Amino acid sequence: MSGFEADLRALAPQVLGTLVRRHGQFDACEDAVQEALLAAVTQWPSGMPDDPRAWLLTVATRRLTDMWRSESARRRREEADALRTVPSEPSAVDDTLRLLFLCCHPDLSPSSQVALTLRAVGGLTTAQIARAFLVPEATMAQRISRAKARVRGGFTEHDGALPAVLQVLYLIFNEGYTAGAGADLLNTDLTAEAIRLTRLARAALPDEPEVTALLALMLLTDARRPARTAPDGGLVPLEEQDRTLWNRDQITEGVRLASSAMSTGGLGPYRLQAAIAAVHAEAPSAAETDWRQIAVLYRILSRIAPNPMVTLSHAVAVAMVEGPSAGLALLDTLDDDSRVAHHHRLAAVRAHLLEMTGDPTAARAAYLAAARATASAPEQRYLTTRADRLRADPPAPPQMTTSSE
Amino acid sequence: MKFLLMLHMNPSAWEALTEDERQAVMNAHEGFMAAIRESGEFINTQALADPSTARVVRVRDGVPVVSDGPYIETKEFLAGYYLVDCESQARALELAAMIPDAAVPGMGVEVRQIMFDAGMEM
Repeated sequence: MSGFEADLRALAPQVLGTLVRRHGQFDACEDAVQEALLAAVTQWPSGMPDDPRAWLLTVATRRLTDMWRSESARRRREEADALRTVPSEPSAVDDTLRLLFLCCHPDLSPSSQVALTLRAVGGLTTAQIARAFLVPEATMAQRISRAKARVRGGFTEHDGALPAVLQVLYLIFNEGYTAGAGADLLNTDLTAEAIRLTRLARAALPDEPEVTALLALMLLTDARRPARTAPDGGLVPLEEQDRTLWNRDQITEGVRLASSAMSTGGLGPYRLQAAIAAVHAEAPSAAETDWRQIAVLYRILSRIAPNPMVTLSHAVAVAMVEGPSAGLALLDTLDDDSRVAHHHRLAAVRAHLLEMTGDPTAARAAYLAAARATASAPEQRYLTTRADRLRADPPAPPQMTTSSE
Repeated sequence: MKFLLMLHMNPSAWEALTEDERQAVMNAHEGFMAAIRESGEFINTQALADPSTARVVRVRDGVPVVSDGPYIETKEFLAGYYLVDCESQARALELAAMIPDAAVPGMGVEVRQIMFDAGMEM
């Protein structure tokens, strides 16, 4: 992307946010901004305006007015606009933030929140978003247009709350982070996009520790990316990763942000997760990790934000500190939890801890159960490989009737 | 999450319906398709030709051997499918219940998740 296009992408949500604040009408405003962006692409190369944002805003407002003139409902809408109270002009950063909150409106499903955020705030095209989620463009276009219709009225007091915004940003990040190496070639880089959007949110809310912590969590997690997949695309667990491949710059920034978020005194789910990620990032090896501290952080996390997935991670940390039986005892508390009882991660963690206790038969059965339960191809390969390592007899050579391989 | 909603045909159950009932089932697919297009969940749908037209290919000693008929000999057979992308398994089950074939006595719609190429570190 050229610098010029990057500028446009950064300005687009600011201009859209301002228009939606002034006029409501999310989809009409978006069309107007798209037209203004097209005008910029054709006109700016022959002379940049002094204030690109003001230029875009003026052109978009003109387009919006043109659209409304051509509609019979013009008068009614102008009257409604006149009644709208516009107190003081908030900053461009505030308008971007409000747009982000609007895209995370509670009436939208998570996948619609994600799609609308990437479209309106991220400035990605519908085709790019469709490709990232491996659905046809028509499907994604329909999802986005429905979402826009839902939030048509513009900003209200019912816009998404901060936790919803953070969850959407984290969903976008995870969608990119978990994508396999093969998918990287096709996918728009959702990880980088999530980090960029979280930086935007942080610029608007510098004193909100959960936003800072989420940014730290993303940077610390993403730092491991070069080490988390083998050349063949297989998943490499944390304990086996080559830590020299971790991105040191991201770790430095992530640890700094995590510490600053923790220093505010309060606690929050992202602060705790960032703190845990920071402990891992600073450990020279899996064996030298401060598991005691991680176990404490997970215990607090499962108290303030109880969730079976947190209990799973807590059980791993407890096993590292107190031994695998203590971890397994914690896992047993999840067997009656319908949210996770049949989840592959419960079976996978149990398999891992059973392997630690020295029970290869039970561990192998649990790995195979986990492999059957997951719908992720790389996870299934990983779990099957772990199970195969625990086979009592070496595997028989495959019966091939064709030439040897 | 992507799911394949598989329409399994049970010929004796199907033949027990009146001509009008069969026509109603087929027509109702249009409504279902419109609903999942509108909701942004539709990816693809196909109906399959009759299993009597199926061929099975086996390669033995490098030589393809083609035989007539379906691979699995049962009275039920796969008649078609919808590929959808939706929020959760619960929603996929809800969609399956909207497919008219699911309401035919003796028939049902099978819901299977599509494998994906993304994974968490474990």
